Amino acid sequence: MKTFQYERAASAETATTDAATPGAKFIAGGTNLLDLMKLQIETPGKLVDITRLPLGDIESRDDGGLTIGTLVPNSDLAAEPRVIEGYEVLSRALLAGASGQLRNKATTGGNLLQRTRCYYFYDTATPCNKREPGSGCSAIGGFNRILAVLGTSDKCIATHPSDMAVAMRALDATIVTLKADGDRRRIAIADFYRLPGETPEIETVLEPGELITAVELPKPVEGARHLYRKVRDRASYAFALVSVAGVVVMDGTTVKSAALAFGGLGPMPWRNPAVEAALVGKEASDATFAAAADALLADARGFGSNDFKIPLMRRTLIASLRELTGA
Amino acid sequence: MQWTINGQRYVAEVDVRTSLLDLAREHLGLTGSKKGCDHGQCGACTMLVNGRRVNSCLTLAVMHDGDEIMTIEGLGQVGNLHAMQSAFVKHDGYQCGYCTPGQICSAVGMLDEAKKGWASHASASLTDAELNDAEISERMSGNICRCAAYPNIVDAIREVAGLGDREPVLVAAGEVGA
Ligand SMILES: Cc1cc2nc3c(=O)[nH]c(=O)nc-3n(C[C@H](O)[C@H](O)[C@H](O)COP(=O)(O)OP(=O)(O)OC[C@H]3O[C@@H](n4cnc5c(N)ncnc54)[C@H](O)[C@@H]3O)c2cc1C
Ligand code: SF4
Ligand code: FES
Ligand code: FES
Repeated sequence: MKTFQYERAASAETATTDAATPGAKFIAGGTNLLDLMKLQIETPGKLVDITRLPLGDIESRDDGGLTIGTLVPNSDLAAEPRVIEGYEVLSRALLAGASGQLRNKATTGGNLLQRTRCYYFYDTATPCNKREPGSGCSAIGGFNRILAVLGTSDKCIATHPSDMAVAMRALDATIVTLKADGDRRRIAIADFYRLPGETPEIETVLEPGELITAVELPKPVEGARHLYRKVRDRASYAFALVSVAGVVVMDGTTVKSAALAFGGLGPMPWRNPAVEAALVGKEASDATFAAAADALLADARGFGSNDFKIPLMRRTLIASLRELTGA
Repeated sequence: MQWTINGQRYVAEVDVRTSLLDLAREHLGLTGSKKGCDHGQCGACTMLVNGRRVNSCLTLAVMHDGDEIMTIEGLGQVGNLHAMQSAFVKHDGYQCGYCTPGQICSAVGMLDEAKKGWASHASASLTDAELNDAEISERMSGNICRCAAYPNIVDAIREVAGLGDREPVLVAAGEVGA
């Protein structure tokens, strides 16, 4: 590990100005950042420790929604009665990720910002545009079993590995931040992540020093069924090959509303309005579900060893929709 | 910097890069916690920090200034074993023993989580999860045992959780080795 200057943030405001300097990073749970620092994939010159800031509460808002402080650990968020009651998909997604020990440390904001598990990103001996812009992408034409089939570019085909973020995408979460100039922003999760395009090293719209302070969830969807289905190489403690987060409301046998987000497919938690349009107002049936899968996968493209994800996602979506609709 | 480890106060200055695991092992002579992977993947380094199980390899000692830490050495000692340590001995919950300190600290933290009513990925209901073998396996999946002592680890945890012995699995003669 390269050495760094360590600072414990005295306030959220000073944290943002401290972290706005080049080479500085926030550290929260540390479970992703330290892993990457040990391998010298991340080499920050300064770490701003935000763990003692008062950003660890979960608060109900007057509009019926929930505000989750960035420092709420993943395990506490999963166990929160208000989350289990109104946002079960989020509890389920959290519990499907990592291990008990890791969830006890991992924070809400850190989870959103965890980096890809692409093998070449982790292997500093190989070219990787995300780790070293302009060096090339070893995964295209290489071993890419766990990588993306949607939203890729010829510079990078990495996936975003978070389970939690997929559930938050289905729940239309909003990310609340504080910038170094003192401004606050509220960023819809739909606008938070960036496609790799020509610059896969830039993953979100956050500016230098911009601190996530909280994540807001809108009022729970009434009468909804929730599901998080994760398909992986072993039954526990493994990242998703593909996953589905679904919040569906039925009216008899007709789909009244559907919010569906997907993990393991793209560089960000994936959501496509065409999938939901294929379902809403339709009779729940395998033909309807197949149309939704067609809409999701129309532009999907495999890179060899990840081709299997396309039929796997189709089957996983159809099975998930059967469960969500009771069809 | 200061930490309370196993009830004793330690004061030291360490390089900012020192993990909590290296602090214990390399600086304070507490070598019970083991380093398996140093990347959060195996659980051998599990300690209880302010009562919660965490991977001590993926956290910095400087970030824990003032915290209360429990390692396997503090949980119990020869002649005064913690119930979980005794249960591991009784049920042979190990072979080489390398993962054992982490398994035991993790199991103690895990039972506390279960007592608080926390559910797991294996729980059908998120509001009234009951411990059983599938729950124990899921909740302990962050602790890898290269010797695969898993069935005996589950037995040891069952005993401490008050679940009694597992039902013996009866296999028809023809199925053995099939
Ligand atoms: C073995 C292993 C298995 C795992 N399995 C899974 C899995 O199955 N599913 C899954 O979803 N995840 C998994 N994870 C990843 C885990 O969920 C993440 O490591 C964790 O959520 C990161 O949170 P953290 O608080 O530790 O982040 P940190 O490591 O502290 O930070 C991560 C990044 O976020 C930035 N950051 C943190 N907080 C803020 C903030 N408030 N504002 C701005 N920037 C911030 C940091 O600067 C850093 O760049 C696994 C991890 C490991 C090690
Ligand atoms: S897919 Fe992205 S992260 Fe993986 S090697 Fe290519 S550029 Fe790097
Ligand atoms: S040594 Fe910490 S998890 Fe393996
Ligand atoms: S007893 Fe050998 S690794 Fe578990």
